[in-house]
Amino acid sequence: MNKIEQSISELYEIDDLAAGNSMIHRRSALAKLAVTVLYIILVMSFHKYDLPGLVPMVFYPVILFQLSGIPVSLCFKKLRYVLPVVCAVGIVNPFLDRSPVLYLGGVPVTGGMISFLTLLLKGIFCLQASFLLISTTRIEEICAALRKIRVPSMLVTLLLLTYRYVTLMAQEVLVMTQAYSLRAPGQKGIHYSAWGSFLGQLLIRSRDRAQQLYSAMLLRGYRGEFPHAQRAAGGFPDMAYTLVWTAFLLFLRFVDLSTLAGGLLI
Amino acid sequence: MHMADALLAPAVAATMYVASGTAAVISVKELKKDDNADKLPTMAVASALVFAGQMINYTIPGTGSSGHMCGGMLLSALLGPHAGFLSMIVVLTIQCLFFADGGLMALGANIWNMAFYGCFVGYYLFWRPIMRSRLMDKSGDRNTRRFAIALASILGCIVTLQMGAFSVVLETTISGITELPFTAFCALMQPIHLAIGLVEGLITSAVLLYVYEARPKMLMDVELTPAEKGSRRSLGGVIVTIALLAVLTGGVLSHFASESPDGLEWALFGNEEAGYSANMGLNEEHYGVSSSAADTASGIQEKTSFLPDYAFKDSDSAAGTTVSGLAGSLMVAAAAAAICVAGHFFRRKTGEGHGTA
Repeated sequence: MNKIEQSISELYEIDDLAAGNSMIHRRSALAKLAVTVLYIILVMSFHKYDLPGLVPMVFYPVILFQLSGIPVSLCFKKLRYVLPVVCAVGIVNPFLDRSPVLYLGGVPVTGGMISFLTLLLKGIFCLQASFLLISTTRIEEICAALRKIRVPSMLVTLLLLTYRYVTLMAQEVLVMTQAYSLRAPGQKGIHYSAWGSFLGQLLIRSRDRAQQLYSAMLLRGYRGEFPHAQRAAGGFPDMAYTLVWTAFLLFLRFVDLSTLAGGLLI
Repeated sequence: MHMADALLAPAVAATMYVASGTAAVISVKELKKDDNADKLPTMAVASALVFAGQMINYTIPGTGSSGHMCGGMLLSALLGPHAGFLSMIVVLTIQCLFFADGGLMALGANIWNMAFYGCFVGYYLFWRPIMRSRLMDKSGDRNTRRFAIALASILGCIVTLQMGAFSVVLETTISGITELPFTAFCALMQPIHLAIGLVEGLITSAVLLYVYEARPKMLMDVELTPAEKGSRRSLGGVIVTIALLAVLTGGVLSHFASESPDGLEWALFGNEEAGYSANMGLNEEHYGVSSSAADTASGIQEKTSFLPDYAFKDSDSAAGTTVSGLAGSLMVAAAAAAICVAGHFFRRKTGEGHGTA
């Protein structure tokens, strides 16, 4: 499977997951968005040496994965984008910051190791949080939530349209690259003599089609804004969801659970 | 260049959200003023195209590697800066949400680093001045026009990518995430992105040149009204403006660079002259690493670093810093000139390629 096919199948996969019907799926997009943003901000706010404080934040993704029934393995596939960037920035920490902070059985643990681990965990946690949001919420619901927090309708409509076009366009590119590679066997990628015409042709063709499509939309009564279908918003369950998570996450952030638990042991 | 959430402190992420949000609101207002709603589907198609286009591998002649194209510059040349900026926001949002490419809270920073520079700086500093210069006026001389398009897109990609890479370094350092010193981080990021920018610029210019051949009306500022044509300026004026801006930015930036220690240095050593006590009680001369290997390494670094800390050795004066900023601007200008020559060479080659393809 090449890169384009994989991207298309990943998009479909998330679409399928988001169409599920679990306790988490049924919560309103706005509540989930608010909790996700709070979680990411809290994770980001941990100091680079505060590994023990950060670890308990694992509860949020773990609980949500269980409640929503989303497979964890899918999320870890996505780490291939995040981890290289995070590693590239953090990998020098263990080499530059070599002051030992504690000794584990005589082996010194340096500040750099701690800060590198903290960075990795932060990367994984934040990724899981946004993955959980997108795999339990349909794009239309997210767009409706964005409209509710006054994101301009132009931007929201653009997001929705682009999301729908992306799979179409990726399929088109897939067909084109396959046709190209069949006519240029053994060649890796597009030769520079075809750089311009390859994407240029696609651009011009798609623009013409998009304008026909837009005329069709106007003829069917489009007036600049999509009516957003929503699940019954607000209500007690959504309020409770937001409040319980907010309280729990703030508790995790400000009470050092790891040290307390460690104190019980030692 | 997509940054993950882990690389930013909340305050930095919030600041970048505010900055990008302001630019987005201004863009929406500007677009509403034009009141051409039929631009929306074109914008959606263009951003989907950038998204799909980034998955295509382009073989770079002479090397085994492949490149991608530069979205911001392409979109602003096709749609204008405001529509291009909104389209780029959407591309980055989808990449972030569905492909985990860049974090949700880091989205503000990513929009700034990739969309803002690519669309606004790329358009106002390179695309529009060059398209409105007299270079484009010689009717019939298509080669000169093709040269102008290639020049604008290559220069635009390189400069905006450099700015983006510099912002990544700045944001990460201020967030206090990496132990890598600011200057070393810069020395790592900028050259890599110079190469990436060149390749992206070449691909972008190839696409734009094709569009120019097939459908010139699709490009911004290429076909002007007679009134606008009257205000054409010579390219010399454009070059002088860009050069002056480069010198100015270099001068101003380098002045700031030494004025206050960067975030990481500040966190470790404090800024006692400014009245802060030493933050972590560390002494700048003897911090952290004190092995012989580290001493040797720092010795080597001191000997080899060109313009260490952006100032001349043994010089603490502001004059020294500005000189280094100017020297840096000159180096960038020299690199840009070299790229022009390369672009010219490439353009001739693609010209032949189109004939046979």
